[in-house]
Amino acid sequence: MERSTDKAVIHVLNKHKGGKQLQTAWDRYEAQQPQCGFGELGVCCRHCMQGPCRIDPFGEGPDRGICGATADTIVARGLARAIAGGTASHSGHALHVAHVFKKILAGKAPDYAIKDEVKLKAVAVRIDIDVEGRPVVDIARELLDKALSEFGDKGEPLTWAASTLPPGRIKVCSELDIVPTSIDGTIAEVMHRTTYGVDADPINILLGALKCAVADYTACHIATDLSDILFGTPQPVVSKANLGVLREEAVNIALHGHNPLLSDIIAQVASEPELIAEAEKAGAVDGLNVVGICCTGNEVLMRHGIPLATSSVSQEVAIMTGVLDAMVVDYQCIMPAVATVAECFHTKVITTMAIAKMPGAEHMAFHEENAAECARAIVRQGIERFKYRNPDKVCIPQESSTAIAGFSAETIIGALTKVNAEDPLKPLIDNIVAGNIRGICLFAGCNTVKVPQDHNYVEMVKKLLAENVLILATGCASSTYARHGFMTSEATKEYAGEGLTAVLTAIGEAAGLGGPLPPVLHMGSCVDNSRAVDVAVAVANKLGVDLSQLPVVASAPEAVTEKAVAIGTWAVVGGLPTHLGLAPPVLGSKLVTETLTATLKDLLGGYFIVEPDPAKAAEALLAIIDERRAGLGL
Amino acid sequence: MQFLYAQTDRCLGCRTCEIACRVEHSEEKNLFSAISQVHPPKKRLFVEQQGDRKEPVLCHHCDDSPCMAACITGSLYRDERGVVRRRDERCIGCWSCIMACPFGVVERDANLHLAVKCDRCPDREIPACVASCPTKALRLVDADDLPEEQRREYMLREGE
Repeated sequence: MERSTDKAVIHVLNKHKGGKQLQTAWDRYEAQQPQCGFGELGVCCRHCMQGPCRIDPFGEGPDRGICGATADTIVARGLARAIAGGTASHSGHALHVAHVFKKILAGKAPDYAIKDEVKLKAVAVRIDIDVEGRPVVDIARELLDKALSEFGDKGEPLTWAASTLPPGRIKVCSELDIVPTSIDGTIAEVMHRTTYGVDADPINILLGALKCAVADYTACHIATDLSDILFGTPQPVVSKANLGVLREEAVNIALHGHNPLLSDIIAQVASEPELIAEAEKAGAVDGLNVVGICCTGNEVLMRHGIPLATSSVSQEVAIMTGVLDAMVVDYQCIMPAVATVAECFHTKVITTMAIAKMPGAEHMAFHEENAAECARAIVRQGIERFKYRNPDKVCIPQESSTAIAGFSAETIIGALTKVNAEDPLKPLIDNIVAGNIRGICLFAGCNTVKVPQDHNYVEMVKKLLAENVLILATGCASSTYARHGFMTSEATKEYAGEGLTAVLTAIGEAAGLGGPLPPVLHMGSCVDNSRAVDVAVAVANKLGVDLSQLPVVASAPEAVTEKAVAIGTWAVVGGLPTHLGLAPPVLGSKLVTETLTATLKDLLGGYFIVEPDPAKAAEALLAIIDERRAGLGL
Repeated sequence: MQFLYAQTDRCLGCRTCEIACRVEHSEEKNLFSAISQVHPPKKRLFVEQQGDRKEPVLCHHCDDSPCMAACITGSLYRDERGVVRRRDERCIGCWSCIMACPFGVVERDANLHLAVKCDRCPDREIPACVASCPTKALRLVDADDLPEEQRREYMLREGE
């Protein structure tokens, strides 16, 4: 199997082909073959020390664990814990931003500021905070208190979910009793109910998992809102994506991970003349070149136009170019292997977060109290490493694509306002009704070694665009489309169907882009999926329908992480049919599999579709879009 | 003559070989479809435990095969690889082979009314169980090469 469909990645991998020392995720995937069938099916339980227990998926051996748990119970518990893991990641991310926000308001983090007062006020109004005539700091303080209370023992429905979901969704969630009243409390509840001897009813466990997914949605939305307030709501920005953005004569520093708290500050200090002069003095005539990897990359791409080097599965490949002087990481999706790969090069891997260290990397603790100073010290480490480059190992691929990024919900509505100032959603709705936009598909999630990198994304999007489906993307999905050139006006002409091209051209020209909008809109990092929900909810509310009626679908065709499982699950709770290109470890239970792929359709409108073949997956999503259009009488 | 050799000190009892065996003998040779087959495929080797020792118990394709000798219809035969296999159409379900096997590795397929045993994966160069073993406890070895390897190990052991 090909490892990647990204020519830049292939180019670098080929240079090091056959080298025994240098192992990448693809080599380690091969070494892991065969992977355990019990694990693949989710029928292995390690929740107590009487185990491990396994259920025989062929029905001849044990059909229960030692405690009596069946495959259904074990699979449901495993899935619930994966969702709790994902939710904990987003909760940690959001809470981190909130804590820094608190330091800013207390005057303890002078390098940060409230950059977007418009967003602050918009969020405040949405959650019933009085803004009239009040100083910004007062509004911010009340907003922050409300945000922080979502994590603790709030005891009532979460404000960020209740204020952003349409009435129909809130009714469905209330009826199923899956309304969380605390983000962290719900994570703890899942861990509690799935521990030894608590919840054994697979359906009840799944309902608990759905509730946790709503908590995940809430955490994601808070993270996005607070980040926009502190760092600015993304606006369209033109940049470049793929390994070709690395520069031979510059000090190259990659920002990798997820949170903008550190990366945004590094992006700011990297343009300081003193640091650039230091880089030049060290021999880098081309100065400093900060690039992004994974979702930290998306954050700084959207807000600063920092070029994106690559996505998560190929993170090691960035080091293998031989010109990466430092890789600075925060948390999530950082393979411990980067420190090992870096041993073969001059790259310094720098961890910065107290909860995310790795053997072989240098830890430089990041303190928000003197953020800029910390950021400069980190950049200087990269400058210092420049002279240790080995020219024999330099291998910079040519490939890099232009990418227009930064399509926040506000930006999209803003562009539509240029078409119809009084009723900005009208052009969007009119075109959906007329069929110029047949439907909308949100692509989210990761890249995996189990599929040639980007293959599913690219094959699906070509088919959907040709059928006039508007594409939104986040996380490593957006990175994929940026690297493959789907985020340009030219891509609209090349790939979009006639109706969609006309719409994107009209909006793009009205918004002063001088050409069509790209056919794939980069809506942010993986924590930013709620941006897409906000647009969909605005359309649903305007039409007076529920999300589960809209011709809107989601797809995670190359998913990896627990976070992706959590996001996919709240997309389903949100009423979106959600495609997965790889089966999660649930197939060992017919009941759980059927619940996720069929029963949920009746309960929520949203459900999972598992289809490894990208062509068939695109067909399936088109059929669902048409079914929903028919349901709306379109 | 090649045979399957289980190095018991390497076996963790994970049963990956059992799953691989079933998948190889399923209709689509794919785990996810194998578990939903109407008649689930049977496994041909069995991970057993005695005390601390875990071991896949499997067919030795014995030179003087008790199962083959007991087969009254000539269903069991030895193929060109030296592997004892079954002609489906001749098996009458008398289960003489099950009674005769000293290792207990011939079983009854109640759905197909056939005696089921290891066929050493005729479609594969390396049997599925061997290919699947994560600790390399299961190996396909040549009967003529193994003694030499074992003598070397014995000398090393004694030399310590």
